[in-house]
Amino acid sequence: MTTNSGSEKKSAVNVREMIAEKKRKRNFSALTEKIIPILLLIIASISILTTVGIIYTLLSEAFEFFKRIPIWEFISGTVLKPLSQEPEFGLLPLLNGTIISSVIAMLVAGPIGIMSAVYLSEYASEKVRKTLKPLLEILAGIPTIVYGFFAFTFVTPVIRAVFPAVEATNILSPGLVMGVMIIPMIASLSEDAMTSVPNSMREGALALGATKLETTFKVVIPAALSGIISSFVLGISRAIGETMIVTIASGSSKNFTFDITQSMQTMTAYIVEVSGGEAPAGSTIYYSLYAVALTLFVFTLIMNLLARYVSRKFREEY
Amino acid sequence: MTTLTEDKHAYSGSTNNRVVYDTKDLNLWYGQTHALKDINLSIYEKEVTAIIGPSGCGKSTFIKTLNRMVELVPTVSTSGTITYNDKSILDKTFKVEDLRTQVGMVFQKPNPFPKSIYDNITYGPKIHGIRSKKVLDEIVERSLRGASIWDEVKDRLKENAYGLSGGQQQRLCIARCLAIEPEVILMDEPTSALDPKSTLRIEELVQELKKEYSIIIVTHNMQQAARISDKTAFFLNGEVVEYDKTDTIFTTPSDNRTEDYISGRFG
Amino acid sequence: MKYVDQTLVHKRMNSRVLKNNILKQVFLIATLFGLAVLAILIFRVVTQGIAWIDWNFLTGKLSTFPEKAGIMGAILGTSYLMLIVIPVTLIIGVGTAIYMELYAKKGKLQSFIATNISNLAGVPSIVYGLLGLTIFVRVMDFGNVVLAGGLTLSLLVLPIVIVAAQEAIRAVPGHLSEASYGMGATKWQTVKKIILPAALPGIITGAILAVSRAIGETAPLTVLGIPAFLLPFPEGIFDTFTALPMQIYYWTLDASLVDEYAYLAAATIIVLLVLLFILNAIAVIIRNKFQQRY
Ligand SMILES: Nc1ncnc2c1ncn2[C@@H]1O[C@H](COP(=O)(O)OP(=O)(O)OP(=O)(O)O)[C@@H](O)[C@H]1O
Ligand SMILES: [Mg+2]
Repeated sequence: MTTNSGSEKKSAVNVREMIAEKKRKRNFSALTEKIIPILLLIIASISILTTVGIIYTLLSEAFEFFKRIPIWEFISGTVLKPLSQEPEFGLLPLLNGTIISSVIAMLVAGPIGIMSAVYLSEYASEKVRKTLKPLLEILAGIPTIVYGFFAFTFVTPVIRAVFPAVEATNILSPGLVMGVMIIPMIASLSEDAMTSVPNSMREGALALGATKLETTFKVVIPAALSGIISSFVLGISRAIGETMIVTIASGSSKNFTFDITQSMQTMTAYIVEVSGGEAPAGSTIYYSLYAVALTLFVFTLIMNLLARYVSRKFREEY
Repeated sequence: MTTLTEDKHAYSGSTNNRVVYDTKDLNLWYGQTHALKDINLSIYEKEVTAIIGPSGCGKSTFIKTLNRMVELVPTVSTSGTITYNDKSILDKTFKVEDLRTQVGMVFQKPNPFPKSIYDNITYGPKIHGIRSKKVLDEIVERSLRGASIWDEVKDRLKENAYGLSGGQQQRLCIARCLAIEPEVILMDEPTSALDPKSTLRIEELVQELKKEYSIIIVTHNMQQAARISDKTAFFLNGEVVEYDKTDTIFTTPSDNRTEDYISGRFG
Repeated sequence: MKYVDQTLVHKRMNSRVLKNNILKQVFLIATLFGLAVLAILIFRVVTQGIAWIDWNFLTGKLSTFPEKAGIMGAILGTSYLMLIVIPVTLIIGVGTAIYMELYAKKGKLQSFIATNISNLAGVPSIVYGLLGLTIFVRVMDFGNVVLAGGLTLSLLVLPIVIVAAQEAIRAVPGHLSEASYGMGATKWQTVKKIILPAALPGIITGAILAVSRAIGETAPLTVLGIPAFLLPFPEGIFDTFTALPMQIYYWTLDASLVDEYAYLAAATIIVLLVLLFILNAIAVIIRNKFQQRY
């Protein structure tokens, strides 16, 4: 033991005294301790300010718009002619484009996403899963502008080679590509929901002689249903808000049509077109941006709240 | 009104040592759980005080109350007083940082910082404003010697503390604690995660340290309490059943429950 | 009397097993479908664009002649944007995370902020563009300069950084901060010297992911009114600018007129994807290197 040599040296440096000395001098640190939480609260409230900013700008400018165009006329109008001599501002063409492109996207992403989730969570070995999942996630990391390029310069020409009636800009191609973009989101969220189904539930079914497939459809998917639904809702929200793919590949036709071989405009694409086109501040067309954006915001907000509500219910189940 | 000597919970033996800690009717609740009930204890300077008792009886809670670490749990509330060196430390105006500078703590699981051995030791002095490299160097050597680990690590001070064995890590944690020269060292089952050999080294170390520090140690190990402590307090369900010289507790306890516990009949 | 006819069960078992095996292959194909599209996409982009990437393309100015065009201006613009996004999101993101995890009392305010952050994460990026246009370009009157673009993108990716930092801070084991408090350290000292250093790898990984999201974002920039053809290079955060994704956007639109623009867009996409790949590789390396070992 060498403790004694330590205590001999003690006379040289008296730590206790040094600390006491420093403490007497430092009111500064007490002040820091008081200021830091306030500073952090201010920083944290920036996220609230962002929300307030979004809601305030959208509401106040949209309010200006509705002073000029009655809200009912906007919501129920089937004609959108913002630049004509006698402009009309009907939302339905845009709503229609948004809904149709989202439906196409979900028809791709829904089945493929959930089948991928089933494969990854129920069939794939750990090794296969560990390779496929990150690869799939690359899809989610590709910027949407790249998908837009792909839809416009590859998918559309391929579709047109098979079906010449399809127009050069159409809603089908961006809808499909958007679907591919959303696959990883649905696959990974649904897979999370499925893997969190306790193994005991699977074993119960398997022990009765059910095949893996039957177990998946009769036990796993029902148990994970709210997680799966929530992933779908988030996917829809993502599709509604997606901008670049449809802007590039679907053109800017404002026709109110259900023909997916034609060009249609979504709410997002309208915002890009109008804001990029030097809409003079104060004009009705300028304010229409905010009315459309407000609609978009409300739609996605409802979807996100719905997704959270559904998945929270799901967590209570086990 | 009973005087201290008549109170069977409060031991006031024949020692000449000064009282460092004195608790009066100390109660503590975690929300609704009443974890400490009317604790009256006097703890003496430069002695080893062992706290024993079955799991969940409030040992950790008690020593964490002595440096107010228990307040990290937000639901905690207390009543009664604790006097440390004649100052009432449960007062909200009392600065916990000052208290914890004077009362060091060693935890159940060795918990060095993910930094070098050197930086682990200098952490305390630095946060308390000591900057001089010369002084810090000296503190490092002295603390590591004090925790009798200097010879093992003196050539690898810049290496990460996680490279040390569990026993070495625990002695490093003791050294880290010594670096700011506290008066009291609280130890919560410091050897329960260690092998017998490392345990023995820590026990020897505690014997050395008590020459300069007052030590309060929680232990599940009866032999350990008997080997290294001067006084022993037996806790049960948040109460102090008996507090006396260690010899007395282990040879002629006055309470049946103490005897039962020590002879291994429950716990 | 038998309730179960074993031979019937056996017969049906065969077809059930067959069905299981067939669908297993279908599920596998579905999983590979996304990857196949990814492969085609990358193949297309590379074959169209790789021949166009040369020194002049990387360092040159825009030009009305496709074969002379270069993307240095866009590269600089994107770099300047990140010069704003990185510090702004780190300060606000980590500050918010520290507040939420270590200072805020569990209660209404804290859960309100948490709900708010997760809602912000779901707001379409184009809406952030309008926010930026209204607040930064018009009200604060910065104009459509790097600063306005950078701040808009910062707000957009902020939720990513906040959530990543919160997770990193939560993963720091409590016994480390206990040890610090036990030495008489104050809360801020503990946060600064123990918790943040231990959480740093996770925070940096999150920040890199946020940056790679911001680098590829196009929609908010289109709203800010970024010029399609801009010759001078930006020299600071108060200059107008273009960025890599904006260049891809404009060239893609032009591709319907002149084929060469599609190749320029593809070449720019390659540059963008390589950049993203490098960023993600760094994030993975950091994650693996600093694998927690407490
Ligand atoms: N953070 C907490 N929140 C609520 N109750 C707690 C908390 N910590 C401890 N308790 C309760 O307080 C009582 C005393 O716990 P304490 O940890 O002090 O016991 P202990 O004697 O140290 O036990 P052990 O020997 O297992 O370490 C127990 O009933 C325990 O459940
Ligand atoms: Mg304990």
